[in-house]
Amino acid sequence: MENNFAHETIVQRLTAEFGPSVLSFEEPYGLLTITVNPVAVHAIVAWLKNDATLQVSFLTNLGAVHYPDRKGEELALVYHLHSLVNNLRVRLKAYVPIDRPEIETITDMYAGANWMERETYDFFGVIFKGHPNLVRILNEDTMNYFPMRKEYHLEDATREDKDDRFFGR
Amino acid sequence: MQDNDMQEGQIPEFSKETIDGNIATLNLGPTHPATHGIFQNILQVDGERILSSEQTVGYIHRAFEKLAERRPYNQIAPITDRLNYCSSPINNMGWHMTVEKLIGCEVPKRVDYMRVIIMELARIADHLICNSVIGMDTGALTGFTYVFQEREKIYELYEEVCGARLTTNVGRIGGFERDFSPAFHEKLKNFLKTFPKAFNEFNSLLARNRIFMDRTIGAGPISAERALNYSFTGPNLRAAGVDYDVRVMNPYSSYQDFDFMVPVGSQGDTYDRFMVRQEEIRQSLKIIQQAYDNLPEGNYFADIPEFYLPPKEAVYNNMEALIYHFKIVMGETPVPAGEVYHSVEGGNGELGYYLISDGGRTPYRLQFRRPCFIYYQAYPEMITGQTISDAVLTLSSLNVIAGELDA
Amino acid sequence: MGKIDIKDVPTINGEGFQLTVLDKVIAAARANSVWPLPFATSCCGIEFMATMGTNYDVARFGMERMSFSPRQADLLIVAGTISKKLAPILKQVYEQMAEPKWVLSVGACASSGGIFDTYSVLQGIDRVIPVDVYVPGCPPRPEQIIDGIMNIHKLVKNESLRRRNSDEYKDMLKNNFNIESDGK
Repeated sequence: MENNFAHETIVQRLTAEFGPSVLSFEEPYGLLTITVNPVAVHAIVAWLKNDATLQVSFLTNLGAVHYPDRKGEELALVYHLHSLVNNLRVRLKAYVPIDRPEIETITDMYAGANWMERETYDFFGVIFKGHPNLVRILNEDTMNYFPMRKEYHLEDATREDKDDRFFGR
Repeated sequence: MQDNDMQEGQIPEFSKETIDGNIATLNLGPTHPATHGIFQNILQVDGERILSSEQTVGYIHRAFEKLAERRPYNQIAPITDRLNYCSSPINNMGWHMTVEKLIGCEVPKRVDYMRVIIMELARIADHLICNSVIGMDTGALTGFTYVFQEREKIYELYEEVCGARLTTNVGRIGGFERDFSPAFHEKLKNFLKTFPKAFNEFNSLLARNRIFMDRTIGAGPISAERALNYSFTGPNLRAAGVDYDVRVMNPYSSYQDFDFMVPVGSQGDTYDRFMVRQEEIRQSLKIIQQAYDNLPEGNYFADIPEFYLPPKEAVYNNMEALIYHFKIVMGETPVPAGEVYHSVEGGNGELGYYLISDGGRTPYRLQFRRPCFIYYQAYPEMITGQTISDAVLTLSSLNVIAGELDA
Repeated sequence: MGKIDIKDVPTINGEGFQLTVLDKVIAAARANSVWPLPFATSCCGIEFMATMGTNYDVARFGMERMSFSPRQADLLIVAGTISKKLAPILKQVYEQMAEPKWVLSVGACASSGGIFDTYSVLQGIDRVIPVDVYVPGCPPRPEQIIDGIMNIHKLVKNESLRRRNSDEYKDMLKNNFNIESDGK
């Protein structure tokens, strides 16, 4: 199924509504990717969901990426949204700094975002304001670091039996 | 049936005080035979009725996403196997297609059709396990033994293609490692002839069985609206009434060439999920028949020497082939920088791969969009007000695979 | 080669007796009815289910009665990856089993962590419980699992009756795994 929506039109409408919060857009491999200000993410997701023509009302995925080299905006939050009616996929990206990794939760609009946000918190330490139960989900509760950040190793730092020289670390 | 007077969409409060003698806290613990996987549910029950529940997952968290950042692109396929291990070829193909999308590679038509055959076999295997386990949880143990016999035939087909039974690692970036052998053609023809009869026998045990229908109709329902809100995909969403199938909406691997139906339920309860999976097995058989009858001639791999291993004779005689072989095995493949999201219709729904590459030999970030993880969070809402036995049935009908849940 | 003479043996009616060693009788009884506890976590669990199926039957060993309660099980079959979060639970299940008990570690993940050398995976269950037989493979074919089971049978048949109460056994459990055992 192909859709009839030109990506430029969508970005134009979004910019008309939210102005400077829409920072840039691009289309890697055909998927409309819009970089936005993290403060506006909740409003933009709500607008996309309630818009009568676009009807982007399905949350496909929510995750984060850690870019240690981008000072001041190290954690990128990536939202993949989908309009089942129009077969339109949209990707939203918002960058937050690592010393204050906060963003508003979207669990009030999408119940499925609950565990996705918990997983992002567990792996990267992103705080979702307003989340009903932001605790670790996949790792042990006693873990005191966020393992998916780039500065941490894959292996357990405390194991003593495997010699790193032979395992090609 | 049950009177569920909670508001729709209201997740019940899990009360930590059990001073009131009427409420019992029950641990449907991580190692319970009925949970078919390692996840824990602490239930608060009043007699047999469940009032609320709290879930704990992560008992088999193996850090796939961090592991993927360490491995070169062709070595990630074995770990995608272990996501939904009941239908591992689908995970493999999804990964290969993601990388092919990133590097901009077009595979020959023959590869597409071969992939479709393998993926639909995997889907049949996955649905067979799920349905026989639903039968087992209602007490019908016989179906399980019949079905595992059929799964053995599918395992034999996998062995002909790639050598492994369960965690297949089938296919390569750009196609397949070898063409279908004559033995595979024989076995597939045999399978297509004998499987429908065995499947009908299994179907006749349960589908119109009075006891089974009484047990499963109304157990663990979810409405289409709530299912969409929870980002359900796959047979669970289709049982609730929404006909979203990634093979139809964003066709990949030439699925648009095939004529098949997408079965849809109405109430989203256990019986609907069972029947949707049964019908999907029939549709998968239809697709395999079409793909096999029209299998085009051609090469079984794409012409991408930087990613696809050259044949051994060339490696021993030709300098370029030797260099390509060396670079591919050492993981030095020239992947362009970029980000791509590709999804396939896995056994449980939309299995997505979000890959960010920075041009290095390993991905910068690979996130798996795992359907089981996302729809399992709806479980407390689905079992509130039900009896414990219905909760067990609901869990097995959701087909939660622990490997995909925790990744 | 000499001639073979077949003679008639006088039949004896009535009660007979057999002279044997008590160890051997008990060993035969134990080995032919080992009740397993399938602690199946991931992919190896599916291969174990295939072993239970009709093609690679385990019922011929008397093992078709899967006991999910540790109190009634003889053999703990750990099939699949054990994460650090699950390790205390595995240890608890092991401690709840009654003596004599054996442990079969199926698959690479249970034996040594497998391909998952990560921060969250226990690198082998022998860090928390004593293991009798390891079955390598990822996942091992049902034939390999049956080979592991037959090795367990060898161990069961040749075990002395006093082993579980002996000081060496109790010390082994205490020193290596911090498990208090009273031989029951």
